[in-house]
Amino acid sequence: MPAGRYLYFPGCSLRATGVAYEESLRALFERLQLRLEELADWNCCGATSYMAIDEGAAFLLSARNLSLARQQDERCDLVAPCSACYLVLRKTQDYAVRYPEIRRRLDQSLASASLTPLDSVKVRHPLEVIYNDVGLEEVRSRVVNRWRGGRLACYYGCQVVRPYEEVDRPHNPRRMDELLEAVGVPTVEFALKTKCCGGSLTGTIPEVGLRLNYILLKEAARKGAEAIVTLCPLCQFNLDAYQDQIGRQSGEPLDMPVLYFTQVLGWALGAPPEKLGLERSISGRDLIRRWFSVRSPREAYV
Amino acid sequence: MMTMGFGRTLRYQREADPAWADGVRRLPGCEALFRCLQCGTCSGACPLAIYMDFTPRRIVALVREGFHDDALACQTIWLCASCYACAVHCPQQIQITDLMYSLKREAIRRGLYPKRLPIPVLAQEFFRMVERRGRSSEFWLVLRMALRTNPLVLFSMIRTGWQLLRTGRLSLRRERIDRLEQLRRELAAAREAG
Repeated sequence: MPAGRYLYFPGCSLRATGVAYEESLRALFERLQLRLEELADWNCCGATSYMAIDEGAAFLLSARNLSLARQQDERCDLVAPCSACYLVLRKTQDYAVRYPEIRRRLDQSLASASLTPLDSVKVRHPLEVIYNDVGLEEVRSRVVNRWRGGRLACYYGCQVVRPYEEVDRPHNPRRMDELLEAVGVPTVEFALKTKCCGGSLTGTIPEVGLRLNYILLKEAARKGAEAIVTLCPLCQFNLDAYQDQIGRQSGEPLDMPVLYFTQVLGWALGAPPEKLGLERSISGRDLIRRWFSVRSPREAYV
Repeated sequence: MMTMGFGRTLRYQREADPAWADGVRRLPGCEALFRCLQCGTCSGACPLAIYMDFTPRRIVALVREGFHDDALACQTIWLCASCYACAVHCPQQIQITDLMYSLKREAIRRGLYPKRLPIPVLAQEFFRMVERRGRSSEFWLVLRMALRTNPLVLFSMIRTGWQLLRTGRLSLRRERIDRLEQLRRELAAAREAG
């Protein structure tokens, strides 16, 4: 693999509600001298919806992306920051190996449009790329800005840590905590770190979806966290954009920042704050401005 | 079937369809279906179990006995958010997430879901959008779902929509890929092969 170069699969969310994730990911990778090269003409991963309608079509969507990756640069790993994208790509590979029938169908359908047959491309998540390819020591040695914000709750959600265990341990993941602690950011022990945010339930059955996120936000606060840190655009969106509605439904107003781990790491390693998408947060904006603004303490605390 | 005074339903063996259960067992991920211990670990791990009409453990019990009417017409399968908590905790390695997916597929195929339930409608609109354009565009997807289920829900979304717009997170662009025809051919071939 060429050192520090990765193919990049943004997925649909990172071009819309999750745009701050893409901005901060790029800024962070730049600080770490890692290059992201976008996968040309990538298609939607199908998320959970395709699997609920047509399994063959769901696997095909990912197989096409994997084939494109192989064609574009077979020496590079494919980085997928969104949990849904990551899981569907990994699951397609796994099931194509375990079920020869699935693989045969995929090879057949792909060949019909003259793409290379499905082959092993290493699918990665940026958390694990930074943890494994850069390493805690290297990250620690590159700290530029000293953290002056509060304690954070690291929230891993579902599909990045389950059912595949390559990004972190499924039952008690710690890598995000370790990376943040390495750059001097205090984290809290957050027992609900892998409890699902409900995905699209906030939009389809709000009574249920909002309550799941209410539980996560309240528990983070109870553990002493002033903000939640996420690694998925859907988790961030649910926890950040619905706090208003959660407050109205529960009768308990909330205003807690929900950040991407790439924003916090990027800031600590000296990426320019204006490149981290911090202004795109909806909840906890005052706290975010105070924590991440310019270095002069006088300006930072007005 | 017998409905009791307090809303519970009793069923007997003759109403079951073991051949259907056997068909489910042949699906990828569902091979261990008949090894279920009914330990309830899946229901304990499921963050949505308390909102469901049948817990995941009961779904497994219904499916393996072949009570498909209950398993396909319930709310449970739509509440499953595919978080895989049950699957990684199951001592018998039953991929309950895959089981739920298979039930969703059959329920949609046979039209066995409330027509205005947003979850299956969202899945179908998502499916069509990706088939037509190769990518999904969140704004248009939510709009289509709301129009097909309950347009009034759009009013409750105005505030969040405005906040997203103000922070540059609401994209009105309708994304599409370049080699759309190629993708369509492949999707058609995949469907034929399946």
